[in-house]
Amino acid sequence: MIKILKKAYLGIIILIIYAPIVLLMAFSFNDSKTTSWQGFTLQWYFDLFKDYQIKQSFEYTVTVAVVSTICSVIIGTLAAIGINQMTEWKRNIVMSVTYIPLLSPDIVTGISLMMLYSTLHIPFGLITLILSHITFSVPYVILSVMPRLRTMNPNIYEAALDLGATPFYAFKHVILPEILPGVISGAFIAFTLSLDDFVVSFFNTASGVTTLSIQIYSMARKGVNPKINAISTIVFVTILIILIINNMRANKKFKENAK
Amino acid sequence: MKRFLFPAVLTTILMTGCGGEEKQVVKVFNWGDYIDPQTNMLFTEETGIDVLYEEYPTNEEMYAKISGGNARYDVLVPSDYMIEKLIKEDMLAEIDVNDLENYKFIDKDFKSLPFDPEDKYSVPYSWGTMGIIYNTTMIEDDIDEWADLWNPEYAKKMFMYDSERESLMVALKKLGYSMNSTDPLELEEAKQELIAQKPLVLAYVVDEGKGKMINEEAAMMVAWAGDADLMISENPDLKYVLPKEGTNLFVDAMVVPKNAENYDNALAYINFMTRPDIAAMNMSYLGYSTPSTAARQLLPEEMRDSEVAYPDPIPFETMEMFVDPSEVADVYSRIWTEVKASTGE
Amino acid sequence: MYKRYLASPYILWSAIFIIVPLILIAYFSLETETAEGVAFTLNSYKRFFDPLYMNILIKSINLALITTIVCLLTAYPLAMILNEKEMSNKTMILILIILPMWMNSLMRTYAWMILLENKGILNSILEYLGLPTGQFLYGDGAIVFGMIYNFFPFMVLPIYNALAKIDPTLIEASYDLGANKVQTFQRVILPLSMPGVITGILMVFMPSLTTFMVTRLLGGGQVVLIGNIIEEQFTRTNDWGFGSALSVILMLIILITIRLMGKNETLGRGGGIV
Repeated sequence: MIKILKKAYLGIIILIIYAPIVLLMAFSFNDSKTTSWQGFTLQWYFDLFKDYQIKQSFEYTVTVAVVSTICSVIIGTLAAIGINQMTEWKRNIVMSVTYIPLLSPDIVTGISLMMLYSTLHIPFGLITLILSHITFSVPYVILSVMPRLRTMNPNIYEAALDLGATPFYAFKHVILPEILPGVISGAFIAFTLSLDDFVVSFFNTASGVTTLSIQIYSMARKGVNPKINAISTIVFVTILIILIINNMRANKKFKENAK
Repeated sequence: MKRFLFPAVLTTILMTGCGGEEKQVVKVFNWGDYIDPQTNMLFTEETGIDVLYEEYPTNEEMYAKISGGNARYDVLVPSDYMIEKLIKEDMLAEIDVNDLENYKFIDKDFKSLPFDPEDKYSVPYSWGTMGIIYNTTMIEDDIDEWADLWNPEYAKKMFMYDSERESLMVALKKLGYSMNSTDPLELEEAKQELIAQKPLVLAYVVDEGKGKMINEEAAMMVAWAGDADLMISENPDLKYVLPKEGTNLFVDAMVVPKNAENYDNALAYINFMTRPDIAAMNMSYLGYSTPSTAARQLLPEEMRDSEVAYPDPIPFETMEMFVDPSEVADVYSRIWTEVKASTGE
Repeated sequence: MYKRYLASPYILWSAIFIIVPLILIAYFSLETETAEGVAFTLNSYKRFFDPLYMNILIKSINLALITTIVCLLTAYPLAMILNEKEMSNKTMILILIILPMWMNSLMRTYAWMILLENKGILNSILEYLGLPTGQFLYGDGAIVFGMIYNFFPFMVLPIYNALAKIDPTLIEASYDLGANKVQTFQRVILPLSMPGVITGILMVFMPSLTTFMVTRLLGGGQVVLIGNIIEEQFTRTNDWGFGSALSVILMLIILITIRLMGKNETLGRGGGIV
């Protein structure tokens, strides 16, 4: 009985999470620029392949997301370990600062970073975009890693050192495995935020460097073009297929190992 | 994919780093989805100039970006009142329209407009009106005035436009005032009208209203002519009217900022976009009206002959254009917040 | 202990990219242009004490709190279920939950709007099944729903991580010592998962306080929240002073609340990250 309830709960959540996704995909085949169903078409897919602009922003989107995620994970994980060792009042200060980007409305983060780059005369473009994304992602990484560190036994690391491990070896083999799930979920969140952000990105780019999110946000006043649905569908389905194949392989291995 | 991406990234980083690229470019900053992407490609093919293209959602966000930071562009496409503001703040470079071979295709009606009376700074890109679109099967009366949006019979069947400027325009026009009024008493009256209207409004919408009107979620909506044509083509029961109290006429025009780095390329781009075949191609993608009769003749028939997009005659005498609201911006914002925060009782 | 220095790159980073911009914002909130040039004033802050804006802030905090609580109450059971599943499926399901977040949130919000409309898909299905239809959009409920949907994974992930870390022998020990399921949950599982819960609360509450697109699309523009007000000051009214002052006030209120919560014993010991 409880098992059925659990499965049902899982099912409902998956259903709610995927309902809008399925709809978005459906609208990529809709013979209309609006959100009213007017029949099936592949027009948007053909249009998409003619639109070099979207292709280019897609490349920028992925680049920015990958680079900023890697950087924020490194900075954030190291920071979390460091902060964890600080005395209480120092930790309080650093953590308060860390909350600021989470607390600032995107528009405030976006405008203030824009003013910062202008003051420092950093030319707007890919670099400012990546720097900005790291700025709003790092706190999420720190927050994800922190709980794992707080519940970790601090003595194992010391023990490893006492047993002659180099600090790097001890980090890799003692600390990292302990905090890895936190690091991974931090990376997930950072990647997601980077893909999704439009306000901060809008104010901190130039020279034709633009992301899909900026394009979508700019369209929000006049209507989102179904070409966007088309590219989202392609990306989503690709990722899903890769995951399923991966999972099948893992399952196979799992079963083989079980034998 | 990844393997291709990273060298590309590196080169871009290096290029932005040294800034030594020799390639001819033009940096264009336009509204979102407000161009046929093909036109940019054709421009590059014909001139060898690369188009670095970016988009903005509103005039104000464009302004915040170019005035606050040091992001530099060569061509912008702001609306009337924003051009007025940019001229006032000395942010635009002068354009000698005699240098533009295709400027002659712009209709007389769209030259010497109030925001740029001597045509020194701007070349019109598109224009349109704002009116009421309504569903003739859901509403039997003839809708022909803004006051119809206050008719309790249509309670919760109407969409207002979700922007302080446009909503205030509707209320001011209903009251018979200028939509550019700065008179505190008139604005107060308009505010009371909007608060009184709120319980009747189903939602304040922007573009998302289009799909909703086609699906008959509501019976009437305040809309732009360019969007109205699209809606009517998908739901023939819809009808667009210009309210008799008068309405807003907007013109979006191409301008060159004073700090443009590629002035000549900017002019070449503006000239190209004004060429009738290109303008026609572009406008048939956008669905808005072109200020060039030569271009209009090249549009697909249903667009060329649309009375929504090209009322005949264009009632210029009842229409107004927005003027720069900087002086009363805080008053407008306060009014709109009060309207939105009101519970309608 | 040299480990402390691992935070140095971040401290340098936060000084440049968090503190300096914060100072800029504080500067905007105090600065005003007069005939003689730039002057400093507290006017932007005084404006906040207008009941109009106070009420909007209170309403925003309310909605963000409801969002956070509902997220917590729905995510916790999910995280527990995920934690029970056998190895191979677990990651897959977790990824299945995160994956939709890679579709643009604006687009997903649009999709919800279409699903929930009066003449939308949900009502059509209800009608087909002969069930009563209703108005789901255009109000507080829709806004809260939209925020929950957008931030839900931020709650699931940290809780799941915290639960996965609990040593199963502890739970067995609890049963062996005669505790029932409820007691074990109360005394063992819940306290040990607290760090994750607190991280989740922070990651959901803070962004939902300042969101603005959900309000517009799902609330039908009928409701105005503090995020909308701040956004409008920068993108419409061009009143950076007031916008900055509002966000400084917002930050102070939340930071002080967190500090006070941090003083609370159970939270302080359990969460420990504050």
